[in-house]
Amino acid sequence: MSTAYIVGIDLGTTNSLVAYMQGDAPVVIPGEDGLNLVPSVVALDEKNQIVVGNAARKYLIETPERAVYSVKRLMGRGVEDVQDELKLFPFQLADDLQEGEVLRIKIGERTYTPPEISALILRQLKRNAERFLGAPVTQAVITVPAYFNDAQRQATKDAGRIAGLNVLRLVNEPTAASLAYGLDKKKNGIIAVYDLGGGTFDVSILKLHDGIFEVIATNGDTHLGGDDIDNLLIAVALDDIRGDLGIDLRRNGEAGARIRKAVIEAKIALSSQPSAKLDVDLPGGKKYQREISRELFEQMMQPIIDRTVGPCKQALKDAGLKPEQIDEVVLVGGSTRIPKVRRLVQDLFGRVPHTDLNPDEVVALGAAVQANILGGGSEITKEMLLLDVTPLSLGIEVAGGVTDKIIQRNSTVPASATQYYTTQVDGQTNVAIHVLQGERELARDCRSLARFDLKGIPPMVAGMPRIEVKFLIDANGILRVSAREQRSGKEAEIDVQPTYGLTDEQVENMLLESYDYAEEDFRQRQVIEARREADTILAALGKGKKNPGWRELSSDERSRVETAEQALMQVKEGDDYHAIRGAIDELNQATMRLAELMMDSAVSVALKGKTMDGTDFEEGAQAGHPVAKADFE
Amino acid sequence: MPGQVPEGATPSCWSCGTMRAVHFCSSCGKVQPPVPVDYFTFFGFPRKLNLDTAALEKEFYGLSRRLHPDGFGQADDRERAWSLEQSSMLNDAYRTLKDPIKRTEYLLRLEGIELEEQSKQATEKARATGELKKQVVPPDLLEEVFELNMHLEELRAQKKLGEDDPALLEEIGKAKLSLEEKYDALLNELKTEWARWDKTVDQNAADRRTVLDAMLDVLNRRNYIRNLVRDVNEAMEN
Repeated sequence: MSTAYIVGIDLGTTNSLVAYMQGDAPVVIPGEDGLNLVPSVVALDEKNQIVVGNAARKYLIETPERAVYSVKRLMGRGVEDVQDELKLFPFQLADDLQEGEVLRIKIGERTYTPPEISALILRQLKRNAERFLGAPVTQAVITVPAYFNDAQRQATKDAGRIAGLNVLRLVNEPTAASLAYGLDKKKNGIIAVYDLGGGTFDVSILKLHDGIFEVIATNGDTHLGGDDIDNLLIAVALDDIRGDLGIDLRRNGEAGARIRKAVIEAKIALSSQPSAKLDVDLPGGKKYQREISRELFEQMMQPIIDRTVGPCKQALKDAGLKPEQIDEVVLVGGSTRIPKVRRLVQDLFGRVPHTDLNPDEVVALGAAVQANILGGGSEITKEMLLLDVTPLSLGIEVAGGVTDKIIQRNSTVPASATQYYTTQVDGQTNVAIHVLQGERELARDCRSLARFDLKGIPPMVAGMPRIEVKFLIDANGILRVSAREQRSGKEAEIDVQPTYGLTDEQVENMLLESYDYAEEDFRQRQVIEARREADTILAALGKGKKNPGWRELSSDERSRVETAEQALMQVKEGDDYHAIRGAIDELNQATMRLAELMMDSAVSVALKGKTMDGTDFEEGAQAGHPVAKADFE
Repeated sequence: MPGQVPEGATPSCWSCGTMRAVHFCSSCGKVQPPVPVDYFTFFGFPRKLNLDTAALEKEFYGLSRRLHPDGFGQADDRERAWSLEQSSMLNDAYRTLKDPIKRTEYLLRLEGIELEEQSKQATEKARATGELKKQVVPPDLLEEVFELNMHLEELRAQKKLGEDDPALLEEIGKAKLSLEEKYDALLNELKTEWARWDKTVDQNAADRRTVLDAMLDVLNRRNYIRNLVRDVNEAMEN
């Protein structure tokens, strides 16, 4: 059994997080900036270096053509699916995009596929975790919207692989949230999870029974979330500006980004205030100012949040349950902070929703719980088991362009179906199968997943071969297909042409860091970080020597400090991580008493009403990382 | 521990060599390679239709804990593949057996009756060619269906003209309600046949065949009504 860490990752439309199981509790791992949320923003800086997260946010405004956000909306989708998104989001598609190719987005002069951009975010989270845990991280559980189809799931898995992560499992976001909820509550009953995030909406109904989390039904909309509310407000603002000031800013990236930032701030403010002000500097020294009342805001977004009602009702119907049979409704996703959304949920299910969980973090925490289960479990998770479902029916195209459903939606996964095929012409050696996902009757209205070409069928009289094809949806919700010709017993060869998605070879060529180098890269980063820490502690010591406490030390104590200081200064220039780490620890030990004396003098200074300037020993003397405690009971 | 080691399976565990149970070794607990068995056998249940669904659920949860791929995250490739296959079979079996209609249909198929074939192929052909699908109307419904179809045609004609006839809608609504009642009643009729089946399961082939045919008849009538109600709903919505 390996002791390597397996992390849980929430790869969100707006924000992403990484968490792990610390003893009995899942804990979010903060970034170097101390923040738990990593904005899902990727940009190129002035030196053409990739920056991710909070550091990338400023480029959304300064150089919008060199930054992307909400790329999750493009995962696993084709050019023809994203026309609507392109009107609302400043995505720039590559100019040389070929038909049938996976989308590529321009960032500055370069182009990236959505899985590659997601991989850059994942790599950042991986690094944050490695820095925090002090060990390489190569295995992860990543969450996806429950209503993600096969292509979107596959794209997420590819992103993990490109980032150098072995993705042990994709877990549905509302289900992950229920794990974090259930770990906490340990109650049996039926719960509904209403998850309205930045770009996706899911609703799942689960039965909790002695540690088994059985999803009964799930539904959703992978293009519905806080982004849509923002876009609506932006459209209103652009209209206002055109009407009142006579400027058309629809094609102005920078002004658009400023307006977007302002409306998001207003939206957030309106969750706690009766009104919010918009105040945006526009090109040419003009200003756009307006006040929005909560009442107007709620009126405007009503049509958007109303779109969550249908999926909720369908999920209840599929589960065969009435709202009053739901014991608890759990809210997940930042958009559920909006009071109007909470009222809608309350009306739908006829009960006050459970809001104790931090809606931004609960999915990542649940992913960490699942990671722990997959890693062999611990005392607290050993009774826990997740039984999830496939959100969409799986079908194959039959005569007349009709979809024949072979695995119904809401079937517990893994799930399988076996179909038999034969040939129509004498000596035919190939049979083509078109696999679809969706609920509609006609193949053209469903999502095309892939075309399978069964090859190498032994030549026989038409109708003689009997080819058994097994379709299996695994626990990740991803389809696997195998085929066998029964008369000859020969495994049929399958050629898969994914309708949307990268081939294995393409993924291989995109790997951000080969597995072979992962360890080495990690060492190098460790050395760099240890050096940085050494500089901080040495600088703090420099200040400490000016503190009155320094003179209170005995000469032995002082010389021990100075020896340790010299030693650290020497080794920190080298590449030996353990030597640097050891020297830091020694210096920390040697300065312990100095730190205490400084603390005492700081307290007495403070008591005398003086300032505490010059006593900032915090960073150096107290090594170790702040631990972000999970934000729920 | 439910069930006997099925035919075709090696009687001993691949890992420790002792006598194995069906899905995992009773001695060392290791998952075993899956063996193709019917869903009743998978759960170790007799091929009977009156089934204790609470016991089924309990068995399902218990086996899920032993077979689900989550428990094999750290196991070798071979065991992971077996767990994937075993647990997909478990889920397929549970989904089929817990639902009374699916359970009955499954049993009919196990007994060699291709109930779906006819209607499914006919439906596909009708879709492909645009021909009207011919369906045999159950005799006891003849009169009701005749009248309902007239009403539906009238309704469609009115809708085209943009007219609205509350009396007609009420008439159709009444017919729909009556059909739905009949639909529900058929489940009880089916359950009576279950009891007959469970008694004759070990009896002679002729008796078995009679019961199977009776069940097939109930299912066909039920499907007929279901399609009819769907047509009514469509006509009323459009």
